[in-house]
Parts: sequence; C-alpha cells; structure tokens
Amino acid sequence: MSERSAMDVDIVCVGFGPATGGFLHTIAPKLAEMETPPAVICYERAEGLGFGVSGVATRALGIRTSFPELDPSQIPMAAPIHEEKLLYLLDPTGASRRSPGVRALDLLAKLPSDNHAVEVPWIPSFLHKKNGLVLSIGQFNQWVSEQLMMTGTVQLWPGMPVAEPLIEGEAVVGVRLADQNGEPGMDIRAALTVVADGPVGPVGRKLDDYFGVPPGFERNDWAVGSKMVVELPDNCPLEPGTVWHTVGFPEPEIFGFFYVHPGNVASVGIFVPSWFDNPVRTSYRYLQHYVMHPFLWQWLEGGRLRSWGAKSLQESGRHGEPWLVGDGFARIGEGSGATNVLTGSGVDEAWTTGVQLGESVLELMREHAPYTSENLKRTYVRRRRESWLDAESRVAANARNGFQRGFLTGMVGMGLAAMTRGRVTVHGHSRPSQDRVQPMEKYFARRIPLPEISRIEKQCRTDGISLHDRLMDRVGWPPIPFDGELLVSHQDALLMGGKVQGAAGFGDHVRFADHDLCELCRRRICMEMCSGEAIAPSKDGGAPVFDREKCVHCGACLWTCDNIQFEAGGGGLHSAEN
Amino acid sequence: MSETFHIVVCGGIVPDPLQTLEPVAGANGPALKNEMLLPHVLDPWAGHALYEAAHLAKARAGSKLWLVSLAPKAKLQQVMMTVAQRVPLELVAVDGASGGFTDSFDVAAALAGAIEAIPGLDRTRLLLFGGWESASRAAGATLQMVGERLGITEQFQGVDELTVSDDGSLRILERVEGGQHQVSVCSGPPAVLGWATGNLPEPANSPQIGMQNMRAIMPALQKAKAAQVTAGCTFASVALPKQQRETRVVKDAPVEDIAREIVDWIIAE
Repeated sequence: MSERSAMDVDIVCVGFGPATGGFLHTIAPKLAEMETPPAVICYERAEGLGFGVSGVATRALGIRTSFPELDPSQIPMAAPIHEEKLLYLLDPTGASRRSPGVRALDLLAKLPSDNHAVEVPWIPSFLHKKNGLVLSIGQFNQWVSEQLMMTGTVQLWPGMPVAEPLIEGEAVVGVRLADQNGEPGMDIRAALTVVADGPVGPVGRKLDDYFGVPPGFERNDWAVGSKMVVELPDNCPLEPGTVWHTVGFPEPEIFGFFYVHPGNVASVGIFVPSWFDNPVRTSYRYLQHYVMHPFLWQWLEGGRLRSWGAKSLQESGRHGEPWLVGDGFARIGEGSGATNVLTGSGVDEAWTTGVQLGESVLELMREHAPYTSENLKRTYVRRRRESWLDAESRVAANARNGFQRGFLTGMVGMGLAAMTRGRVTVHGHSRPSQDRVQPMEKYFARRIPLPEISRIEKQCRTDGISLHDRLMDRVGWPPIPFDGELLVSHQDALLMGGKVQGAAGFGDHVRFADHDLCELCRRRICMEMCSGEAIAPSKDGGAPVFDREKCVHCGACLWTCDNIQFEAGGGGLHSAEN
Repeated sequence: MSETFHIVVCGGIVPDPLQTLEPVAGANGPALKNEMLLPHVLDPWAGHALYEAAHLAKARAGSKLWLVSLAPKAKLQQVMMTVAQRVPLELVAVDGASGGFTDSFDVAAALAGAIEAIPGLDRTRLLLFGGWESASRAAGATLQMVGERLGITEQFQGVDELTVSDDGSLRILERVEGGQHQVSVCSGPPAVLGWATGNLPEPANSPQIGMQNMRAIMPALQKAKAAQVTAGCTFASVALPKQQRETRVVKDAPVEDIAREIVDWIIAE
C-alpha cells in the first residue's frame, strides 16, 4: 500500500440525494457571485447521481419554495398530483396472516369492495399531498445535479464512497475516502463536512459512535421500501399524477403505493416495517404478490418491469435525530432524522434541511465566522427548529408507536396523533428489530406443525437456499406465474432495467463480525430479508456468504442483525428511473 | 524515450448497456426509448482507448491528452463526472446527437473539425485513438474516416498493444482471426489506433485528477459547438438481438454438464 494522500477543500458533502441537492442548490448561485468562491465538493457512492430508490408523492413545499416557477414537465417522470386515493386491500389469496380484528375489518369491507379493494371514503388530511408532485427520485436527483454542475461552482463526484469522518479532538476536519485497488483512500480535509449519507451511511453512524447521541435517541423503527417501475399496458387509462396509498395486503403490516408518472409508467411498491414479526420476509416476494392483487393487476396485467429497487427507510423520525451539528460538521436529510413518520414523507423534508443548512452556511460566510458547533447551532439548528419541518416533526414524533402493538392499534394511534396534533398518541415500546422478530416456530405456530418447520429448515440448509419461499409456499401464498415481463425471478430483477454491479476496486462492504455467532444462529434473518439475495447460505453451514455484485445497498441487514458490519462500498443498484 | 505525443481520443457516450434498451420509431428515425432518461457511460471501447492513452501520456512526460466527444451536452456532463476522476485530460465537447442511429460520415466530419480546431495541437505528433467498435453500433467506420479527413494514412484497427521503441517507432499488435495478433511497426506519429480491449484496467478514482480536470471541463461544455448529425439513411427495421433469459442458480455443476447443456440449447434453437 502506498502512502495516504490528502487534499484540502472548503466544504465536503457526503452523499448526493435530495438533502445535498437542497444544500448545493441554495449555495451555488451565491458562490458564483464571489470573487474567490470556496471549493465545494460532493462524493456519492453510487455510480451516477441519478440513482435513488423511491417513487415519490410529495407535497413539495420545500422544493416549490426553492423553485418558485417550477414547471414539473421539465423534470423527467414528474407530474402534478391530480387524484389521490386511500385503498384498503382485502386478501384474495387466503394466505395473509390476519388478526381477528383485521378479519372483522375485512368482513365490513367485503360488501362494498370492488376487485377485493375498498376506497376509504376520506383521506386523513395528514396523508394528503395536495398540490404536490409525483416524482422519480432518480430523475429528480439527476435534474438537480445537471443544474448544479452547470453553475461550475460545485463539484459532484459519483462512484466514490466515503469511508469515515476525520476527527481530531472534538472536531470533524473532513472525510476519508474508501480504499480502492489496494491503495489507501484519500483524506479530504475541509472546514465543513456536510453529512448526508442517509440512514445507513457509514459516516453518520461513525459520528454517532464517536460523539454519542442525544438523550432519548433511538433508531429502532425501520422499513424496507421495495418498488418496481412498470411500463403500463398501452391501453391503460390511468393519468399521470394518479396516487394510491394502500393498506391491508399482502400482510396487514405492509403498506403500499401506486403512483403514475408521465409516459404511461407507474411506480408500484411496498414498505415492509421492522415491526412486522415475520422472520422470513423477503420484500421482493411480497412485492410480487402485491402487484398481482386483483385491484392493481387490472391495471398492471400486460405491463413490463423497467426497473426495480429497494432501500431502508429510517422510521423513528424525530426520535432518530442525532446531534445535528458539531465543530466542523452538520447533518442533513434522512440520516438527520428529518423524515416525517406521520405523513410518510421524507424527500421534501430532506431537501428542506439542505436548504436550511445552505442558508446558514451563506450567513456564516458573510460573517466570516467559522463552522463551529455554536455557530452552526445559532444558524442551522435555529432555522430548523423554527420551521414547519420541526413543527410537523413534533406532531409526528409518537404517531407510529401504536404499531408496536399491532396494525389496528397503530392505525388508531396515527389517527389520534393527527387529529390532536400529536397531543394524544398510543403508547408502544419500540424495540430493535432483532429483539422483536419472532422465531419461526412462534410466527408460523398455528399454520405449520413444528416438525415440518424443522424439516423445511433442514432441507433448505442442505439445498443451500433461504427459507422464505418454501415457508410462504407452505402457508398458501400462490406460486408466482413468471411471465418474463413483469413477473420475473428475483435474480432476473437484479439484471433488468437496473445496474447492480459491485464497482471495481472496492472491498466487500458487508462483513460478519463474529463467524461463530453466525454458525449458532438459527434465524438467519440477514439472508431471509436480503433485498438482492446478496447474502446467502455458505456451503459449510458457517457464516453466510456475501456477494457484493448483487447488493443493492438497501442496508436492511444492518438493522436486523447486530453481527453485521455495513461499511462504505461502491456500486449498488443504479437505475435512473427509480 | 524522448518522444512525446499529442494524443486525441475520440470517445462517444452510450446508454449504460446494463439498462433496458428498447428501439422505438422517433420523429427523425429510429431511437432508443427514453434514451435521455437513461444513465450513460463512456463507450466501453473508447474507454479502453482512453485508459491506454492516459497510460502512454503519463509514461511520456510532456505528452498531452485530449478527449473529443460528440454527445448531448447534458449527458456528456454526467459521464464526465465519472470519467474525469480517472485520467488527466482536456475535453473537447461537440454538442449533438449520439447513439447508434447517426451517420458515421457526419460524425466523422464533426469530430475531425473539432480536432482541427484544437489550439496547439501538433499534428506531426498526433496519435488518434478511439474504439475499434462501439457499444452503440459496430460498423467500425467512424475512426477511420476521422483519420482520413485528417490525412493520416497509418491506420491500425483492433489494437491490443502499443509499444514505443527507443527510436520512436510504434510497435502495434492488431487482432486478426484465430486469436492471433498481427505485429506492425510504423516509424512514428501521426497514426490512427482503433483499440480493441487493450491490456489496462480501469484506473482508480483520483480526487486530485477530478478537481484538476473539472476546472476546464465545465467551460469546455459551456462552449461546445452544436453539430448537425443525421441518420444519413433510411432504416428498414430496428430490433434488439433475440435474447432469452432463463436464470437458474446452480452450484458446483461439472463443466462438462454445463457445456453439454449449452450445446443442447444451441441445437434446439
């Protein structure tokens, strides 16, 4: 290994998503007016800036404030929201695990149902995205990046993962890039480090490890969002801007969405939450059952998969807010606890945190003040605390607690929190996913005899495959009728319309800390919920094997098992249509 | 080892081949569906040429390297964010349609014009590099025509290796049939080298190279001249190669079994 080199800039940003987009969009025009503008640089792990895994329906309050004359037609795949529905989906398969309360709800809903779905006659105001936009986050990021680059004042570098913050004493003095081709990653020293590497990013997590977290901080609530971008059949009458939120299927705990973009394209996806107790819960299989639900299938049949992806969503919201600033650093975006867990909205909030930091940085530049903790508190943190973002975040703080006690209790809790502006909520003790997920024997207790579970488990180990398909088949989930167009195998989905490719020169970013522990582990949830089947059983029955060529960097393994080390790595899913 | 070169690499961009590509009939002839939405990459063949050029320029202190690219400006800008981290280069951007449905004659004319206009380019020391073929089409005609327009008569295609001898002559390995190479020697530049895969890996990202390149790349993009490139012909039909995807994960299968299955499949087709 050669000696580590270093480079000095003024501001270094980690990760390019909506938050960094908001930050750079705010400062770039002002930098252009300066005689000697500061050097501003941004590193992004993915191999393009149009990455991202999210079909977005957003109120776009912050985004519209930044772009007062916004014409959605200028952003590929964007459309104004023109129709919004909340649908309760019944279970046409009989395989969904439904509590007695949900079964009672099903009976009520059955009468007025159409294609096993009922439109909820009103949408709670907190869920509404009035005057909002349907976006593809990949295309939105790409659109923002094009404009930023043309200013010539900021530099954006994709394909360059950041390994860790550089910390000296109590100050962050920059970042260290990931090692590549056996050479040590370069140190990028900066007066200000903007941390926007999302909820599973290594820089944010290492800051938490070093500086600790605020009292009451917890990040136990997560979800895997998994989605398809689908080319709808030619005769599909759905208009761009159609937005459907769904609950009830494939499992009551799994929420879904269906957004229509211009060009006869839809984003269709589900959220599998950490409070869902099934230990074998591949989001991909559930997503396939979701798109085949009769109500959705009437529009999707004959469609074609254009791309697919998955990501972790940090759903602790305000409870997951770390120290927002310190000497030499500030945190923005989803990793800063900006997501509103009541409205299920994160993109606009992330953008807004970036704008707030941008305004603060400009203020400090005008004052020639350093980026100390105190200065960042009186500018950025103050702006954040005084904004709509913070006010709404307080309302939402405990809105999801009820889900810890079940789906129906959770729905009641969300309604109460919304109606009382967060004053009344349902209590629920949040636990880390690995403490909460039930053993197979318990989750499938009334559906599969214990000896059969053991037999299936043994057979899967012998076959070197994970359990989820066999168990889902066993409890009655119908086989997926692969058509090679929309319904394709998990492995084929990795190859269709996206780019799952471990970037050359970087090491494995998922490691198993204690192999002995893996050997003893029966639950192996890391394999059972891996979004890309990148974690698979090993031949010798020891620690699982990791194939970074398949990893989509969703990060779900990180929050489902303490024994996983999730570090900086290149590559991952890259489809600009996501 | 005193010979220095002015190396010009002609490199187009193409939609990332790993994305779903679908030909459609556009207003001006065939096009790829949603082409402007798709992420683009430097044409992989041109990429080999660029990395070989960078290696040569580094080995020959005093040499210079230009990348001349004809592509939609916005897409080229995205590609440069990745490419410009890897090798020190000077970009000459020409704003125009890229892809597989433009006429090589028009493209060659635009590229040759851009090269002729490079300030300070010493054409007696010129090595014109490019891809032997392209991921967007495989006519292999563009680079030859650029060379002809620039009056370069020494042309080599399917190049896998270039060695500069002590006397400044160029020893070139070109691919020929049967996995063999043809060895040619020419006395020196100017010459055209259409690269096959070369021998060099993709260089690692370098933040310093990126910073240094980007200072000139944005102005280059801003002053990119528009070029008119046409289809030049009428396409009777356009289709993707027939493909059948059938994925199975099979572990530890003997090589003989795999080979037998492939042969059976070919026979059945």
